[in-house]
Amino acid sequence: MKEKLNAIRQAALKQIENAKDLDALNDIRVSVLGKKGELTQVLKSMKDVAAEERPVIGQMVNDTRSAIEALLEKERTILTRKLREEKMKKEVIDVTLPGKKKMTGHRHPNQIALEDLERVFIGMGYEVVEGPEVEYDKYNFELLNIPANHPAKDEQDTFYITKDILLRTQTSPVQARIMETGRMPIRIISPGRVFRSDEVDATHSPSFHQVEGLVVDKGITFADLKGTINQWAKEFFGPDTRTKFRPHHFPFTEPSAEVDVTCFKCGGKGCRMCKGSGWIEILGCGMVHPKVLKDCGIDPEVYSGFAFGIGLERVALLKYEIDDMRLLYENDKRFLDQF
Amino acid sequence: MNTPISWIKAYVPDLDCTTKEYVDAMTLSGSNVENAVELDKNLEKIVVGKIEKIEKHPDADKLIICQVNIGDGTIQIVTGAPNVAEGDLVPVVLDGGKVANGHSGEKAPENGIKIKKGKLRGIESNGMMCSIEELGSSRDMYPLAPELGIYIFPEGSCQPGDDAVEVLGLHDSVVEFEITSNRVDCFSMIGMAREAAATFRKEFHPPVITETGNGEDVHDYISVEVQDKDLCPRYTARVVKNIKLAPSPEWMQRRLAAVGIRPINNLVDITNYVMEEYGQPMHAYDLDTIADSKIIVRRAKDGDTFVTLDGQERTLDKDVLMICDGEKEIGIAGIMGGENSMVTDNIKTMLFEAACFDGTNIRLSSKRVGLRTDASGKFEKGLDPNNAIEAMNRACQLIEELGCGEVVGGVVDVYDNPVSEKRIAFEPEKMNALLGTEVSSEEMLAYFDRLDLSYDKESNEVVIPTFRQDLVCRADLAEEVARFYGYNNIPVTLPHGEATAGKVSLKHRVQDIARAVAEDNGFSGGMCYSFESPKVFDKLLLPEDAKERQAIVISNPLGEDFSIMRTLPLNGLLTSLSTNFNHRNKDVRLYEFGNIYLPESLPLTKLPKENMELTLSMYGDGDFFTMKGVLEELTDKLGITDVTYEASTKYSFLHPGRQAVVMNAGQEIAYLGQLHPEAADNYSIKDEVYVAVVHIDALMKLTSFDRKYESVAKFPAMTRDLSMVMKKEVLVGQLEAIFKKRGGKLLESMELFDVYEGDQIAEGYKSVAYSLKFRHKDKTLEDAEVTAVVDKILEDLKKLDVELRS
Repeated sequence: MKEKLNAIRQAALKQIENAKDLDALNDIRVSVLGKKGELTQVLKSMKDVAAEERPVIGQMVNDTRSAIEALLEKERTILTRKLREEKMKKEVIDVTLPGKKKMTGHRHPNQIALEDLERVFIGMGYEVVEGPEVEYDKYNFELLNIPANHPAKDEQDTFYITKDILLRTQTSPVQARIMETGRMPIRIISPGRVFRSDEVDATHSPSFHQVEGLVVDKGITFADLKGTINQWAKEFFGPDTRTKFRPHHFPFTEPSAEVDVTCFKCGGKGCRMCKGSGWIEILGCGMVHPKVLKDCGIDPEVYSGFAFGIGLERVALLKYEIDDMRLLYENDKRFLDQF
Repeated sequence: MNTPISWIKAYVPDLDCTTKEYVDAMTLSGSNVENAVELDKNLEKIVVGKIEKIEKHPDADKLIICQVNIGDGTIQIVTGAPNVAEGDLVPVVLDGGKVANGHSGEKAPENGIKIKKGKLRGIESNGMMCSIEELGSSRDMYPLAPELGIYIFPEGSCQPGDDAVEVLGLHDSVVEFEITSNRVDCFSMIGMAREAAATFRKEFHPPVITETGNGEDVHDYISVEVQDKDLCPRYTARVVKNIKLAPSPEWMQRRLAAVGIRPINNLVDITNYVMEEYGQPMHAYDLDTIADSKIIVRRAKDGDTFVTLDGQERTLDKDVLMICDGEKEIGIAGIMGGENSMVTDNIKTMLFEAACFDGTNIRLSSKRVGLRTDASGKFEKGLDPNNAIEAMNRACQLIEELGCGEVVGGVVDVYDNPVSEKRIAFEPEKMNALLGTEVSSEEMLAYFDRLDLSYDKESNEVVIPTFRQDLVCRADLAEEVARFYGYNNIPVTLPHGEATAGKVSLKHRVQDIARAVAEDNGFSGGMCYSFESPKVFDKLLLPEDAKERQAIVISNPLGEDFSIMRTLPLNGLLTSLSTNFNHRNKDVRLYEFGNIYLPESLPLTKLPKENMELTLSMYGDGDFFTMKGVLEELTDKLGITDVTYEASTKYSFLHPGRQAVVMNAGQEIAYLGQLHPEAADNYSIKDEVYVAVVHIDALMKLTSFDRKYESVAKFPAMTRDLSMVMKKEVLVGQLEAIFKKRGGKLLESMELFDVYEGDQIAEGYKSVAYSLKFRHKDKTLEDAEVTAVVDKILEDLKKLDVELRS
């Protein structure tokens, strides 16, 4: 009996070692360990074994089974791995083939610039508000210290609908509308479309976008205005950006300033983009004129504020080095796909 | 405003800086520089030479050989210039030097022209004698320069070896300032010189005007009556007799030419010179042409015509102010004089006018008459009446100094309501509080002093001279402090006080989501104009009575193409699609957010409704259902349920069989469809175009970001496929309505998997196949339960004559 078991064991182990594939291994399992397998047969013949020897023989049968099973398992693992390796070898691909893309759209460069800008100011606690594009003269001019007969009201600049209704020439009327509500403190930006009577060319459009900013509270200073613009410029154009405030004139702010930033192409050394000056004019701003505060129902002896206006197209054109403003309104796929 | 630095230095003699320093400092103190031209740019190694000897060139008829003394030696120069003679002093550019321009004077090269020694027809030439054009200038600035020839210095004006550029006064720069409308005083040399003096903290020396005039009285020559005082606050007049016309001196001609004014004769030049110096336009009349020795200032009459001194006939109206004599009109006030009274070469006695006219009136008149002049450009800014008399007396001083004529004593001055100085309380703390600075009051007062703003200690007020009409309140004074303290020296802080939350509106959020959905589906952001042509309505096949034709009209549009405010958002993107199609771009998908403008009534009496529309448009790959998929995704993302798509024929510009309105609770939230082929034709797009318009304002009201978690199903689902045959007219939407209604809670989802017409299906019929999925949330469904539900569905389908396919 012992010899028989040994013979089965040796034969099986040898077969297993020689097995070439998983099917062969399975065949061996069936022929040795299966219901009709050799080992099972031995187990069936246990009844012929003397009762006192049975535990010993039983133990031997189990040992033999375990040994065979262990080897089967080991070989299966090896063979499986080998087969997988072979399969993967055949599966090699050319990874430099182009990726599969679905058709995705692109955001308009003006919109990207706007979102970049909004993000900075929202982070500084500003609310984004909007105002009407068709506007009363009162908000576009009168409340902004631009009285009747002011040259800025000339028809050559302003599109009129009626005597009192026009297409807003700036986003500043939103200032007046917000101040009129009387809610304090005010900290808003207001992006939107504005209109001026300029013929279409590479640098002009009768319709473009501005972003207005307004802060009104107790104790707001020109220094605060500088700090705010500086912060925005660094976030928007890069941390090394410097600003230059130049005195200027706007009817609705006093003192007023124009702001240049260091050229974001050459960093201030001077290049074609900044016409060699190292600076690029980027926005107009100032302290809200006391008359504007007063006319909007805010006591200028108690409150002060600052306002600024950024030309969005100008910023977008500069940022993306677009040399013709008309491209922004043409919506040519080959242009839009670049953003 | 063009200002040569040399002219500014005439009033600020201690000004000592490079052009760059000047430009930078003036810009930072508020006078923005638009351009600065260095007159000695590209002029290198140019000295005065004296021609000692001239010989003929042996091999060229048109060339001569000159021996030129250049101070430290003599050099030989070959030239073709016809106008030089032995003994002449001429500018000579030496070997290795540079001139600014060619002798033609046309378009100067950016980096000048380098001069090297060489041989001309075999004879050595070691430099070049220069014309005024080669020196980058013109005969306007140097009237003594010959036409087409070498510039010759007046005898005794210089020595051989001198810096020729220096002798010519070309070490100078002309700086062009952008003067803002509030600083009327800066439209003058004196005004800019005052700014320069204050900026560089130097002494300011305006011209000292001396007493002028003979023993006669001007009132014996002329009387002045101003009838429309509102339009003419001040009128001053003086008389000059025994006029001797001659060229003005070279220094005056050069200054005028440097600012772009062509010198003419002493009289005209003095007028122009004073206009530049004081910013006050003046006018000269031939006194002998003036009837009744009388000037009357009054309005014209509607329809009057008048010939100005340029010979043009102008049509006037009752708001145009005229200068008249006892009989006739002789000039349009502040704009241009008349031909009938103009100064000619035969002038003997002249009436000089320096007046102040209402700026707005001049501006509007000049526009209506269609004539804008240097004078009107200055008057329309609103001049200081007190400046008029200064300018008048300065002009008369120059007339006497230049021997241009005999000034009659006295001034006619009609000035009933003199403008007086304003006063502003001096509150240094409040100015510092506004600026965020700590400037001492002494420093502030020092800034003011340099600007000729005086301080009245007694009343603690700053006294504002009348030429500073822009200074009205404390904030204005604070700006003066800031300008001279230096904007860039003001500290940098951030607003403190109550914190505010940064936020955006719901509309903003809805747009952000819609933008993401559109782009995810291949649509790129476009941007279109808000105004368009009324022809758009015809292009979009709108019936004559369509309400969209009630559009707001711009009263002064750039042209018909930009004349109405859009009531439909489509034209912009369709035009863009057309451009793309024309450029042969494939598969183009565009979206745009923009307002349409809907007037409540016309003409407009109140602001119109501005409705935000999202427009999607495309051609190429994709169809109606591509577009519908985008809208479905959008409403889904915005949490809008109960959306139905109803077949429609409402929109004339859409294909009548391929359009739908998107409804929620009886309200249209969007529409979509194929662009009507005729409309596509009108935009020259030879492809199927699909569009969708989403009413963002309506959508916004339905938007919900509330989401509640529902547990994921634990029990298995049962699926039943229904393959049905029905008349073509039956809509899939009707089937779905039945599935939903009869399927009740058990129906989890339905999926269309086939629509078929053709073989094996009768004419006029179609086959539609759906897969319905049923599930119970608390148990495993029994077959019978599902069958019962399906039976109910089939019952209702029968009513639509829908049969199951056998």
